Amino acid sequence: MNQAVNKLTIKDYTSDQEVRWCPGCGDYAILKTIQKLMPEFDRPKENQVFISGIGCSSRFPYYMNTYGFHTIHGRAPSIATGVKLANPELDVWVITGDGDALSIGGNHTMHALRRNVNLNILLFNNEIYGLTKGQYSPTSKVGTHSPSTPQGSIDLPLSPCAVALGSGAAFVARSIDTEMKHLSAVIKTAHAHEGASFIEILQNCPIYNDGIFENVKDKKIAADFRVEIEHGQALIFGKEKNKGIRLNTKTLSLEVVTIGVDCPLEEVLVHDQTNLTLAQLIGAMGGDDSPVAVGVIYHNPKPNYVDDLFIQREQLSQGKDQGKLNELLRSGHTWEVA
Amino acid sequence: MDAKTEQHQNIVVRFAGDSGDGMQLTGTNFTLATALYGNNLSTFPDFPAEIRAPVGATFGVSAFQIYFGSEDVTTAGDEVEVLVAMNPAALITNLKYLIEGGLVIVDTGAFNAKNLAKAKYLSNPLEDGSLQAYKVLAIDIHSQVIAAVEEFGLSHKMSLRCKNMWTLGLVFWLFDRDKQSTIDGLKAKFANKPDIANANIAALNAGNAYGETAELPSGVEVYKVPKADQQPGTYRNMDGTTALAWGLLAGGQLANLGILFASYPITPASGLLHTLARRKDYNVITFQAEDEIAAVCAAIGASFAGSLGVTSSAGPGIALKQEAISLAVSAELPLVVVNTQRGGPSTGLPTKTEQSDLLQAIYGRHGDTPLPVVASSHPGDCFDTAIEAVRLATKYMTPVMLLSDGYIANASAPWLIPDFDEYEPFPVEFHDKPEGFQPSLRDAETLARVWAKPGTAGLEHRIGGIEKSYDTGDISYDPDNHQKMTDTRKAKIDNIANDIPMQEVHLGNNNAKLAVVGWGSTYGAIHQAVKRCIREGLDVSHIHIRHMWPLPTNLKDLLAGYDNILIPEMNTGQLVKIIRSEFLLDAKALNKVSGQPFKISEIEDAIKSELN
Ligand SMILES: Cc1ncc(C[n+]2csc(CCOP(=O)(O)OP(=O)(O)O)c2C)c(N)n1
Ligand code: SF4
Ligand SMILES: [Mg+2]
Repeated sequence: MNQAVNKLTIKDYTSDQEVRWCPGCGDYAILKTIQKLMPEFDRPKENQVFISGIGCSSRFPYYMNTYGFHTIHGRAPSIATGVKLANPELDVWVITGDGDALSIGGNHTMHALRRNVNLNILLFNNEIYGLTKGQYSPTSKVGTHSPSTPQGSIDLPLSPCAVALGSGAAFVARSIDTEMKHLSAVIKTAHAHEGASFIEILQNCPIYNDGIFENVKDKKIAADFRVEIEHGQALIFGKEKNKGIRLNTKTLSLEVVTIGVDCPLEEVLVHDQTNLTLAQLIGAMGGDDSPVAVGVIYHNPKPNYVDDLFIQREQLSQGKDQGKLNELLRSGHTWEVA
Repeated sequence: MDAKTEQHQNIVVRFAGDSGDGMQLTGTNFTLATALYGNNLSTFPDFPAEIRAPVGATFGVSAFQIYFGSEDVTTAGDEVEVLVAMNPAALITNLKYLIEGGLVIVDTGAFNAKNLAKAKYLSNPLEDGSLQAYKVLAIDIHSQVIAAVEEFGLSHKMSLRCKNMWTLGLVFWLFDRDKQSTIDGLKAKFANKPDIANANIAALNAGNAYGETAELPSGVEVYKVPKADQQPGTYRNMDGTTALAWGLLAGGQLANLGILFASYPITPASGLLHTLARRKDYNVITFQAEDEIAAVCAAIGASFAGSLGVTSSAGPGIALKQEAISLAVSAELPLVVVNTQRGGPSTGLPTKTEQSDLLQAIYGRHGDTPLPVVASSHPGDCFDTAIEAVRLATKYMTPVMLLSDGYIANASAPWLIPDFDEYEPFPVEFHDKPEGFQPSLRDAETLARVWAKPGTAGLEHRIGGIEKSYDTGDISYDPDNHQKMTDTRKAKIDNIANDIPMQEVHLGNNNAKLAVVGWGSTYGAIHQAVKRCIREGLDVSHIHIRHMWPLPTNLKDLLAGYDNILIPEMNTGQLVKIIRSEFLLDAKALNKVSGQPFKISEIEDAIKSELN
């Protein structure tokens, strides 16, 4: 069977629907990456299920030639949980946006991660509400001008990765829409992870929020604005590969250092993806004075809901797949009337 | 005591006490003994909303009512003949239910100044003559119990906990019930605490012996309630929650489907989640979601994946689910939504009963979203109604709303256990042929969309809430297509009317002067009231509707055959609106929204004033 699966190509995963995102939208690149990656998963195509909420990003399932369900705004993690509980054999993907996952659906995102249901959650973060024509979102930077915030937004954004870590996610990563190689690698690791995995994908919306991730994407300058993290590797970045991240043990915060100038190489922080405290610090980087971390921020498997549920069920049913209803109806106290 | 006996065909007994007095346990034990004695019966617990109200407070009074006798008994009754009041708060809040000349049993040990003040009595009702209209059996149960359990060396507080069993022993004597089932129950319950078991049994025996030997006031007599003529078979006591839970499991087996039951706790619906959570050996998975929206969505996801998704709540939670239910209508997936209605709006009266979500069930949601609605009318009926909901959901690929309420959920009655092997299975056939497959394929007769589940090779497809092409299932914004799809969704549900039983007349003729038309838990009270009126020679019938939407095809003509139509409902008039608008018939409403079920007499009076 696996042989046949292996022969599948990107074409097999491409549906016959015309893709309707705006020209230049980052969603195209993500779609292509995933369609191309699918055949590598050594899994029957019919076992792949894409569940989305509502938003530009949530149109995604229509373009995948797999099972798909375009549901309602914010609820994709809940629908996906139901799918997985009904059939744990399925690979269940959640495609969501920053508004979908963190505004209306914040509660469900948090609980799917906390419960550790085996879902692959991909959050397309364009820091804007695309589908409804450009209102600011819960990830928009302060001062974002939008139809609903004409004088600039005044409320602080939240960081998707921080929310995921705070919710107890066992797998949290960040990647970039147009970087196929990086994104593929991160998604592959997420897919192999047993339990909920969460990937924030920085996605450009050329129509309503163009260029917000330019610093981390533009080949000419990106090296100075992002750090590619890998388990066991030192956090080194910069065009000259001479900058590093050091943990200041006095202030319990991260600081940018120049290797060999204000910090010896041995003092540069080494990424440990199983360390939650480090993950929280690293995930939060990306302000004015630190680079954005991309890669697997946290990966520390824990018991997952679906496995544990079926263990409980197995204990109750003791191998029988179905109780006898007539026995149930007559269980407990009964009496005869002659 | 040399007791005279008083003969009753049917009688109502009400136990009332502080939340901590164990009145529910007393009531259920009395119920079991009464069922074993051979009476027909119906019970209703009346809980306070507060979990742990201060001792002696009127808002902490918990009551349990049982109606039993030799005739068919379909409500918990309204004319309380015997009231047990364990403290002043229980007396002041429950005396209104006792008929004149009825018997009230009180524990004088609890009628001290402090408790009287908490109940807001200005003087002691046992001494000021205010109970003159009743027979009063005033016993210092406090001291009786302390004496009865002395040998077990329990603390004062623990000893007093046996008060309820002492009282139950006395009531057993009063009604000539066998106390063995209670003794067995106590032994099982306190298997690890033999002292507690023995103390309770001693209290029970002492109360029973007290009846035998003490000099009771004149007028207090032993009640003789003859056995009922019951259909032979195996019986059990059945409450609405258990019946509904087991009905869902039965429906799943008949449909040959696993069930995902997803819910969020809310009174009075939580019992269903609790009951099913213990039954994972019956091919059900229960999932306590983070809110009602997540619950219904998980159920929808499960249905998409080939299980039967079921979700359950009360009014406020159903309101939250409505957007997602519309998705299930649009995606044409099976789903069962159980609404155990309670007093609304908002938090309303969470522990009390009401029928005010009928319009929400039929006309709720957004857009044109018709779906079938069924209502159960008494505890045992929940079993069959749940099976019917599963049948309709899977056969027609649609959400189905099942209405129960707080009264049915908590009430119980003996149930003649059916033979499940005699139920007709309705196994689901999943689509599995890739040739010519479209997610939009429909059964020509039922108009149901195909059910093709993930994991089936060659049937990969996408569905969603955007309007779909009638022909391919792909997204379509075409105006004519939307008209056609809307019409199709409506026709599919309308057509269900041809697949449900004709409406029957439950009692009386097809063309009497008056039809009393009900739905849901008013069944018992209407039935009893109409029966009494027919006995008195009045020309009245009882019609009770299970299929609330679509309505049975013969209902209009059937109702048109009556001179007048009266619709009692525990809301401000919801079914009556539907009957009037659907059939252009001049139906009248009889409404009650006090959180308490209708009394038989209230419906009887309405019938009489209607016929005069
Ligand atoms: C219940 C409900 N409320 C509001 C909307 C309108 N709506 C659709 S998508 C959306 C925001 C989408 O933003 P995001 O999740 O960031 O997705 P994007 O379009 O940016 O990919 C809103 C507000 C809706 N469809 N349903
Ligand atoms: S509005 Fe923005 S996010 Fe939406 S499709 Fe267009 S470019 Fe993409
Ligand atoms: Mg967005």
